[in-house]
Amino acid sequence: MPFQRKDLLGLEDLTRSEIEEILDTARPMLEVFSRPVKKYPTLRGRIMVNLFYEPSTRTRTSFELAAKALSADVVNIAVSTSSVTKGESLADTAHTLEALGADWIVLRHSSSGAPAWLARRVRAGVINAGDGSHEHPTQGLLDLFTLRQRKGRIEGLRVGIVGDVLHSRVARSDIWGLTKLGAQVVLIGPPTLVPPGIERILDKNPVHAAEPPITVAYDLKEVLPVLDAVVVLRLQLERQKRGLFPSVEEYSRLYRLDSERLREWGAKPDLVVMHPGPANLGLEISEELANSDRSAIREQVRNGVAVRMAVLYLLAGGTVTG
Amino acid sequence: MKETNSPRNWWLRGGRVIDPAHDRDERADVWIVDGRIAAIRPVEEARRGGPGGASAGAISDNEDGGGRSGHEAGSAGDEELRAALGAAVGTLAGLQTLDADGLLVLPGLVDMHVHLREPGQERKETIATGARAALAGGFTSVACMPNTEPALDNAAAIRFVRERAAAARAARVYPIGAITKGRRGEELAPVGEMVEAGAVAISDDGNPVADAALLRHALEYSLRFGIPVIEHCDDPTLSAGGVMNEGPTALRLGLRGIPAAGEVSCVFRDCLLAELAGTGARLHIAHVSTAGAVEVLRWARSRGIQVTAEVTPHHLLLTEEAVASSGYDPDTKVNPPLRTEADRRALLAALREGLIDCIASDHAPHMSEEKNVEYDLAPFGIVGLETTLGLVVTDLIAPGLLTWSDAVWRLAAAPARVLGLPGGAGTLGPGAVADVVLVDPEAEWVVEPGTFYSRGRNTPFRGRELKGQVIYAFVGGELRFDRTRGGFLT
Ligand SMILES: [Zn+2]
Ligand SMILES: [Zn+2]
Repeated sequence: MPFQRKDLLGLEDLTRSEIEEILDTARPMLEVFSRPVKKYPTLRGRIMVNLFYEPSTRTRTSFELAAKALSADVVNIAVSTSSVTKGESLADTAHTLEALGADWIVLRHSSSGAPAWLARRVRAGVINAGDGSHEHPTQGLLDLFTLRQRKGRIEGLRVGIVGDVLHSRVARSDIWGLTKLGAQVVLIGPPTLVPPGIERILDKNPVHAAEPPITVAYDLKEVLPVLDAVVVLRLQLERQKRGLFPSVEEYSRLYRLDSERLREWGAKPDLVVMHPGPANLGLEISEELANSDRSAIREQVRNGVAVRMAVLYLLAGGTVTG
Repeated sequence: MKETNSPRNWWLRGGRVIDPAHDRDERADVWIVDGRIAAIRPVEEARRGGPGGASAGAISDNEDGGGRSGHEAGSAGDEELRAALGAAVGTLAGLQTLDADGLLVLPGLVDMHVHLREPGQERKETIATGARAALAGGFTSVACMPNTEPALDNAAAIRFVRERAAAARAARVYPIGAITKGRRGEELAPVGEMVEAGAVAISDDGNPVADAALLRHALEYSLRFGIPVIEHCDDPTLSAGGVMNEGPTALRLGLRGIPAAGEVSCVFRDCLLAELAGTGARLHIAHVSTAGAVEVLRWARSRGIQVTAEVTPHHLLLTEEAVASSGYDPDTKVNPPLRTEADRRALLAALREGLIDCIASDHAPHMSEEKNVEYDLAPFGIVGLETTLGLVVTDLIAPGLLTWSDAVWRLAAAPARVLGLPGGAGTLGPGAVADVVLVDPEAEWVVEPGTFYSRGRNTPFRGRELKGQVIYAFVGGELRFDRTRGGFLT
């Protein structure tokens, strides 16, 4: 089935076969890093705009490299929150970009749903580069890609997501991607950050699985031994002020991952550790673990470019050949 | 219309008159003399389906005949009728006739919860545009909330609203005064002076009165004036930052939730405070949105606590799923938020049972520039004055969930009673002020916000096909709205 979408808004919207098509398309894209000339001519003459309402050097750069590797022209627009308050609306800005010929608008926004809302109002394709606490679909895709690379499969894996699930767009995209591809997800963290009812977010989009596709665990130590991979989320320090956890110290004592702890608590020897970055090293993950062989963090960064190339390629109407 | 005819003398012929306050639902003629209901007589069998009638909805002067002559009334009436119509009419030729065959003749509807935005936010709505929207939607009376800029928290502000409303010559507008000065929740506003100036209730709508002692005093003090205290029930510490109902759907969409518990606990606290305030204190709960609040109301009634409640059409007909299915359309953003299907069913059951007394729109207009933004940033609110009747007809009456009588009670007599409106508002008894609307129950129309009389276009019902439309609306016996002649006559 050819990929036929104007936008990439979230993994919730995608079918399993669409996700697999993106992952399959991304694999040959990786070669771009080993070629002397890091470019394909596929998107020559097309324009991709990075429209970022939140700063994120990492994601913006990854999209920029992906677009350039496909020979698209890239425009970067960083909108400060002050100009938002001056009344320059997202819709205005997007219509202006469209009038200037943008084919895709890559949108990073602090409001959940902003890309979905915008996609109904512009003809240009909208790619969600992270919206509020909703989704970050290309991050979810690169996590899937990385996991498949490491483990050879997704089906049947048990993947823990540790930390602030409540506010994490990465967690949601991972949940959709992993469950659609047949993995089981264990959400781990204090109940204030892994709220009751979160396992029911699949209710409207049930996946068929023998065991419950999502389970919740408050005790990392207890659940660690059954995990094949773990995604460590970045802890937003401002959550402490809202009383969601008492102190960084306590959070770290309960949920921090480091190599010693993995040994003591009986983690599988081939447990894969991922982090969407940027990590608070020493807080949710130790620097030593982040740099160890278990860690896939560096691959994640590279794979991110390949996955985003695949997304652009497919949104431009390409299909997998061969 | 002839100059010689008094504009406030009417003979509404042959419509189906529905007046639950007087147990009436039958074909009847209604006579209006000097702006009041003079008489209502069932149409006699002999006249039913008789030949030679004018087409439905036609207005004619009796002197011209128009197919019917004045003395025909004699067949429906008698000496008693002539006496009721009085010397002011003399011969029945002094009446204008409106053929209501095929139409419903209802007491003017009463919307006890609207936001008209004036003073201070006239780009969203004015008293005049709101009063017109009301009348076009069948509401001959509305009560407007005081969360204007500045707030309606003194007699001068109350008088200002009444003067503007009188000048608009559309629906009647009854102001609701603030409970606390500036709606700040700190000091009681001058309730007595506001009531004297025409306030019919007090409310800090938009917020609950967080200070329990202060609300208790408001309930006690208002007892002296016999007015209701209307509470917007919520717990701001629980709902802070929330934009939709809390639960799995909010978690899925990544939107901050407003838990039902905030409303339920506030309703519970308020009922206890009403009980403390003692007999005669009147608490009214605005826009009930949760099954939990319904249970608390049931408990309070069983204890004899005097509490009334209203529900909006959007909470009766939509759920939180609309946020997702609309692609985060800010027109679904409202406070209290759209809840779950279980809540919706509980509200409907409570309305049918009478546990919830009234349907109110919570008409909350905003500029499209304000609403047409990201979900988080958009203001809360849905307009309802021009859609409420059509939604009730299409989604509650047509499927048999409410009878016409039950609907009219909840849309007219019940809110008029809660507010203690004068002149028999919400009813069609003899002597009542002739606020009357004639509705074509079969008229089909599509919700196109661009055609609203309201300045607000923010409705999640955009594009809905509805049945039931106001054709004529009388206020004090004066025909102010006539859809057959393009709308407003004043
Ligand atoms: Zn309210
Ligand atoms: Zn309100």
